[in-house]
Amino acid sequence: MTSVSITHWEVIAPGALTTVQDRGREGWRHLGVARAGALDLDAAMLANELLGNSPDAAVLALSLQGPTLRLPQAAMIAITGAMVVATSNGIALPGHRPIAVPAGELKLTGIRAGIRAWLAVAGGFDAPSLMGSRSTDLRGGFGGMEGRALRVGDRLPVVASTIAEIATPRIAAWWIGNDDPAFDDHRPIRFVASASVHAKALAKRPWQVSPNSNRQGIRLQGEALAGAGPGRVSEPVAIGSIQLPPDGQPIVLLADAQTMGGYDLLGHVIAADLPRLAQAGPGATLAFAPVDIDEARRIGLRHRQQQARTALAIRQRLAMPS
Amino acid sequence: MTPAFEALADDALLLRFGNAIEQIHNTRALAVARRLRERQPPWLRDVVPAYASLAVFFDCDSIDDADPHALVAAVLRNCLDAGTEADEAHARTVDIPVCYDHSMAPDLAEAADELGLGIEELIHRHCAADYTVAMIGFAPGFPYLLGLPESLTLPRLATPRTRVPAGSVAIGGNQTGIYPRESPGGWRLLGRTPLALFDPARTAPSLLAPGDRVRFQRIGLAAFERMASS
Repeated sequence: MTSVSITHWEVIAPGALTTVQDRGREGWRHLGVARAGALDLDAAMLANELLGNSPDAAVLALSLQGPTLRLPQAAMIAITGAMVVATSNGIALPGHRPIAVPAGELKLTGIRAGIRAWLAVAGGFDAPSLMGSRSTDLRGGFGGMEGRALRVGDRLPVVASTIAEIATPRIAAWWIGNDDPAFDDHRPIRFVASASVHAKALAKRPWQVSPNSNRQGIRLQGEALAGAGPGRVSEPVAIGSIQLPPDGQPIVLLADAQTMGGYDLLGHVIAADLPRLAQAGPGATLAFAPVDIDEARRIGLRHRQQQARTALAIRQRLAMPS
Repeated sequence: MTPAFEALADDALLLRFGNAIEQIHNTRALAVARRLRERQPPWLRDVVPAYASLAVFFDCDSIDDADPHALVAAVLRNCLDAGTEADEAHARTVDIPVCYDHSMAPDLAEAADELGLGIEELIHRHCAADYTVAMIGFAPGFPYLLGLPESLTLPRLATPRTRVPAGSVAIGGNQTGIYPRESPGGWRLLGRTPLALFDPARTAPSLLAPGDRVRFQRIGLAAFERMASS
């Protein structure tokens, strides 16, 4: 017998940048509102699937260093994305599977083989739904926890399906990862080149991820690309747009980016490779490879089919006796 | 320049009319955006008009076509063919109260000086013009307005301010805009509105939408305080 109530998890340590995110706000770019949401929607939604959550449920997005949280009662959780050193009252927790954790300290520290991970709880994190989403819009300063990253002392509301109290974690024996991407995947990031004559030059040299990168965009560092013009009249941009500012150091836009941009565009990263961009930390080396739009479409379709198959497999496994 | 299509993302298409801030391009972008919304295609996620272009965001899984970009382009061509005149009949006009008191207009005196106008004359011309919301960007609810009289064109500040108060009404080049939220900015601040331009909790989160007509109405300090606190 389960019953739904709101509980509060206390934030003991906030981590480097921990935010409440869901699939984000679609349909508001014409009002200047970014999508926000998880940078790797596939991984964040996988965490929800593992718990039988609605795809609209909000998760915590972790980067570089996760938070330490105090749980007032037992809860079902799942961690996806990069590898996280996670413990429940000192007992190590693996990723990519449902886990029942007891009341007490849930500690998520170093993140490896990538820089971002997602923590879901059965029922989801609670936050006001603004413009159809609970996501934190850091630039706009709204959504999630008061429009900002978690802080020490925050009481994080959780729509908890109460489960029986337990002494130690109960870890599912099965697990399911993202087949694509593997986070140590060093294949080039695929992009569709724009009509700009300089677009293909992006693929000719490796780029390093600048420490100035954030949820708005990945700033690339390398031998400057020639041919950056003075820019153009501001026009719409998208998640994955590759901008070329006058300094010749490209920027790839992510979920929190402005909706309009005035820099020259080199093209866009295909949707299937955005999850890997979310895992590219400062100093990481990225290579880019052009694909044509038809190829991008085929890859996108395969990618979405793969996601649907994974979700189906999880639902079937959850329906089996444990 | 004939309208040019470009794939903006796997799920987005850009239609470009030109590369200049000109009323004619914006009118076309707004008209096509309006016509596309009227058709309510099931795959439409968002249509984002800009100064001289518009972007259409679509749901790939809702388009039953091998080439969604081509299908969306065909629909947009259809919208173009239906006519791109401004929609005077349905355009909404929004009056925006602006307080030009010196306490809220740090650049007003200097701007008047540089333009060779008196302060009163500058305010009068700023209020007398009819503006169109060409696009919204920079920040949630930030309107880029077309229609600034040529006599009020001024270069931006050499050094942008790190802190522009919310509600600031500003001019930069031949554009005028309003800052919904405290932010950095390089435009000249002529006054401030007590209205909240953006509130994600409202049914209509943004006070303004692309295509709206805007008029500035001068208010005094007392009216500003009253409206700001209500």
